[in-house]
Amino acid sequence: MENKQTALGHIGFSIFAWIVGLLIFFPIFWMVLTSFKTELEAVSIPPSFMSFDWTLENYAEVQARSDYFRFAMNSVILSVGSTLVGLLFAVPCAWAMAFNPTKRTKDALLWMLSTKMMPPVGVLVPIYLVFRDWGLLDTRFGLIMVLFLMNLPIMVWMLYTYFKEIPSDILEAARMDGATLPKEIIFVLLPMAVPGIASTMLLNIILAWNEAFWTLNLTTADAAPLTAFIASYSSPEGLFWAKLSAASTMAVAPILIIGWFSQKQLVRGLTFGAVK
Amino acid sequence: MGAIRLEKVKKTFGTLDVIPGVDLDINDGEFVVFVGPSGCGKSTLLRLIAGLEDVTDGKILINGTDVANEAPAKRGLSMVFQSYALYPHMTVYNNIAFGLKMAGESKAVIDEKVQNAAKILNLTDYLERRPGALSGGQRQRVAIGRAIVRNPAAFLFDEPLSNLDAALRVNMRLEITGLHQELKTTMIYVTHDQVEAMTMADKIVVLQAGRVEQVGKPMELYNNPANKFVAGFIGSPKMNFLGGDYARKYDCHEVGIRPEHVAVSTESGDLPATVKIAEHLGAETYLHVNADGFGPMTVRATGEVPLGEHDKIWLTPERDRIHRFDANGIALGKL
Ligand SMILES: Nc1ncnc2c1ncn2[C@@H]1O[C@H](COP(=O)(O)OP(=O)(O)O)[C@@H](O)[C@H]1O
Ligand SMILES: [Mg+2]
Repeated sequence: MENKQTALGHIGFSIFAWIVGLLIFFPIFWMVLTSFKTELEAVSIPPSFMSFDWTLENYAEVQARSDYFRFAMNSVILSVGSTLVGLLFAVPCAWAMAFNPTKRTKDALLWMLSTKMMPPVGVLVPIYLVFRDWGLLDTRFGLIMVLFLMNLPIMVWMLYTYFKEIPSDILEAARMDGATLPKEIIFVLLPMAVPGIASTMLLNIILAWNEAFWTLNLTTADAAPLTAFIASYSSPEGLFWAKLSAASTMAVAPILIIGWFSQKQLVRGLTFGAVK
Repeated sequence: MGAIRLEKVKKTFGTLDVIPGVDLDINDGEFVVFVGPSGCGKSTLLRLIAGLEDVTDGKILINGTDVANEAPAKRGLSMVFQSYALYPHMTVYNNIAFGLKMAGESKAVIDEKVQNAAKILNLTDYLERRPGALSGGQRQRVAIGRAIVRNPAAFLFDEPLSNLDAALRVNMRLEITGLHQELKTTMIYVTHDQVEAMTMADKIVVLQAGRVEQVGKPMELYNNPANKFVAGFIGSPKMNFLGGDYARKYDCHEVGIRPEHVAVSTESGDLPATVKIAEHLGAETYLHVNADGFGPMTVRATGEVPLGEHDKIWLTPERDRIHRFDANGIALGKL
């Protein structure tokens, strides 16, 4: 009796999960589909589902009109760059918090995270002015700095939860073995934390890749990443759904592929070390 | 060479006074066991000696030099942790070699020392494995291997056997004792298990609430415990304590009688009692009895004893084995 009920419960839960999954996936699916339609079919009502003339002309036109690879290269540089700079600061910070905690460590962590609760637009004007005065507007360096600072709290928090899982005995053993602090971190802590560091990097690359507020507001051309590439298709001449879809598909494709191949790492990362 | 001397060593965590002040002398080559109930500060004291915790006050002298403010690596001590604390991402070989690499030894020297340690510890076939692919006993041996290659002034062990099953624990106990006989290096061994303390130690340090209750050879503690705490802690099953009239007969507040120092008779004796539970182990029998007017007592009889629940018996403590205590639990000396 009870077994039957739990079995039914499992099926019900699976159906629910599938529905939620499909709902989340549908817009992406629709975007990809639309990118293969003509502009006319893209806005036709009722929308055609599969029975339309598949065309690649949107991709051809998008490629012809703007230089996809230049934007893509900027996206790679900004997301990877900001993540690497972030690690440089987040690793020592998380080490200190995880292995030498004080009474205020928890407060400091919460405070760091709370900075993420403020809407970025609240600091847009001061940051814009600083960027203008320091000549950082539309530079990759400036954007890397902003993106790294925006994501630093999440990096510290994630690495902290991972480091917490590492028994401090092992680091103490290294200390007894004569390792200095840098050696302890490089030869013992980091190799043990590789899965955690990988998921932290992955999540931050994705966050930085998709970041559209600062990248749109602080760039014009030279440092503009794929978010700006997409935005350029919702232009004053009116919306071109099919071309916009093609541009968006091209913009999310790399990160989608990376995400697909690193699902396991990502799930681990997103659960913040809750599952071992 | 490793003579260690603690002078008024104190440790507080915030407001918690974990070690109120310990003085202790450990001679070169001695096997010293810190024993006491869980939470009494054994690990803290060991970690203070290792340098993994900073002393709040006091001196730690190793071969005459105060190292209280030195980094762990500078003290020339090796430690074996309860959790083994092996480096999970390194092979057994590299686990053992790590300390030597940190010390900047040459490849040839490292290889010779690692191979030698592996031979002593029967690890030669496992050198290329990761710790995750080893059994508990093998991991323990790797941890010991890592400790011995550095040729330390003293070994520190923190409950190294408590993660092993009972049979393996007895084996490793003998191995560590054998290792001590071979190396003749000072060893400080922390345990809550008085059997380990009794069987391994040259010198036992009994701790309670961060205080040294008594220091002595195993048989000294067994025969002449300084107080009720030591008397109750050393020996298994635990010593029986009787107060009231019986103690007054011996001119003290309480008397202590070890279970093995009571004669059992079905006909006559000092104390009438009723058997509640009889545990038959073959070589000996533990009788958990209710002594009339005194409550529960434990008696250890040798061999097979045909007694069971509800049986009436008489107990007679051996007179010259009776321990006497005053109202503060301090031993008064034998009769
Ligand atoms: N880092 C620490 N911070 C605060 N209290 C601690 C710390 N380490 C140990 N203690 C406390 O000190 C006491 C002794 O601990 P410990 O030395 O580990 O005991 P044992 O090893 O004898 O079981 C315990 O009450 C423990 O809670
Ligand atoms: Mg302990």
